[in-house]
Amino acid sequence: MITVEGLTKRYARHVAVKNISFEVGKGEIVGFLGKNGAGKTTTMRVLTCFLPPTAGKATVAGFDVLEQPHEVKKNIGYLPETPPVYPEMDVAEYLTFVAKLKGIASGDIAKRVDEVCERTAIADVKNKIIGKLSKGYRQRVGIAQAIIHNPPVLILDEPTSGLDPEQQLHVRELIASLSGDHTIILSTHILSEVEQSCSKVIIINKGEIVAVDSVAALHKRGRTSESVAIEVAGANAVEVRQRLEQVPGVARVISRDAKEGMSGFEVEGLEHAVIRPELARAVVQSGWDLTELKPLGESLEEIFLELTRSEKKEEGAPAQ
Amino acid sequence: MRNIITICSKEIRSYFVSPVAYLLMGLFGLIFGYFFFSATQYFIIAGMRQQMQGGGGAMSVNEFVIAPLLGNASVVGLFLIPLISMRLFAEEKRSGTIELLLTSPIQDWEIVLGKWMGAMVMYMSMLLMAVANVALLFAYGTPDWRPVLTGFLGLLLQGGTVLAIGTFISSTTKNQIIAGGATFSICLLLWVLSWVSSYNETPIGQAIAYCSILTHYEPFSKGIIDTKDVVFYVSAIFLGLFMTARSLESLRWRA
Repeated sequence: MITVEGLTKRYARHVAVKNISFEVGKGEIVGFLGKNGAGKTTTMRVLTCFLPPTAGKATVAGFDVLEQPHEVKKNIGYLPETPPVYPEMDVAEYLTFVAKLKGIASGDIAKRVDEVCERTAIADVKNKIIGKLSKGYRQRVGIAQAIIHNPPVLILDEPTSGLDPEQQLHVRELIASLSGDHTIILSTHILSEVEQSCSKVIIINKGEIVAVDSVAALHKRGRTSESVAIEVAGANAVEVRQRLEQVPGVARVISRDAKEGMSGFEVEGLEHAVIRPELARAVVQSGWDLTELKPLGESLEEIFLELTRSEKKEEGAPAQ
Repeated sequence: MRNIITICSKEIRSYFVSPVAYLLMGLFGLIFGYFFFSATQYFIIAGMRQQMQGGGGAMSVNEFVIAPLLGNASVVGLFLIPLISMRLFAEEKRSGTIELLLTSPIQDWEIVLGKWMGAMVMYMSMLLMAVANVALLFAYGTPDWRPVLTGFLGLLLQGGTVLAIGTFISSTTKNQIIAGGATFSICLLLWVLSWVSSYNETPIGQAIAYCSILTHYEPFSKGIIDTKDVVFYVSAIFLGLFMTARSLESLRWRA
């Protein structure tokens, strides 16, 4: 549905996206993951024909963004970072306006507006002024305008940013419910979101793709050796550290925060070693209290940080 | 065409749901009303004096009331039009809705034309205040309607020119104050350009004076439609809108 080949976007003073390539198949939900300023929005803007690429090629639904922007625009629904709403309009009126812009036949507009209001659960505020809606509702109005012409491709730029946890949940559910009919690219810097809603992840850092993989494969990638957070009470931190280092299978012990009477460590095991039971036993046998024992390195967060950190070392160039 | 109408009606609506439309119409009505009052009062006094002295034939309402009034309206227009045009693109750029317009399957020139037409409708509603005043003259007298018609045609052309310039300036900035201020300065400049002709008799001076928008208006207020003035206004409108479309396009590559 979407192919990007060697895409580069250079602004006056810096390169936002460097020679990236990826593909998104029909019906996939792809998470575009990266820190702020990594090039997510730029890539999306190229795909929506808002910005032309400096070099490289991008096609959406078989149409080239440079050669056939009109066709591309017909095939995408786009939610920019801030929902593009007119605060003085009411919801129904706004959606009618967008429907006309997207070229929906006049006779079908009212029906489509009702459908998307139903779909995005904004039917109850249909006649309210957008400027008076809460952020969560406004975001859903933004999604409603993106899907009003039922486009095969949806591009959502940080659809959950700035929402409270409950609203985030609603928006995520909404996106998941759309996944059957649309190919979706969404960008985010919230990792749990990717884990929940996406089938594939593209991690981008400083304008370059550092990983393209399924969520499951990425998880595996980080788990060749086990790493554990451990917190012990009622003992001297130095003693505990020495004891932990003696546990078989432990490669490294890193001291973390030490509060009054408590000392925390991060313990890394050797490759393929199972160290958690041994650690627990060692602590208890020494007569200390084990207050926390938590496996680390399983969250996407770790992998993400790992991937983006290693890039940093190589370059050392300023981000912007 | 449908896209132009969509954009245009959205613009008209946003003028009329906000106080902007009523403020502009009120201001223009107030100023024009005052001019109208003074002009007719002067006309009546002058007319009575002439009658008492028993001299000459009837004074022409067209010449003594309508023509100077329309001249005033064109100057007042210069001051108020930047308030109409400043928001056209600057507001959309500030709020991010420009992304919606530019990623929808419509052409840049359709956006530009739609917005300009919306602003024209706003300007015309402002002129309605003047029409209402002038209509009174027709109710109580029999002025010649032809110069009135050409006068309003001239006002439309002149307003359209300034709006086209304002639309272009608005598309270059996110800041409405800057857009309004810059448009106002340009309007002022285009007005005072005509003053050059009084002290600079060289061809260059004459050429500069020719660019003044107001000098092209004068014939209209006297009932003359001169092709060179129409061409001047129409080509200025075209240039303004063309540059706006280019400026929108440059948003994409400059970003």
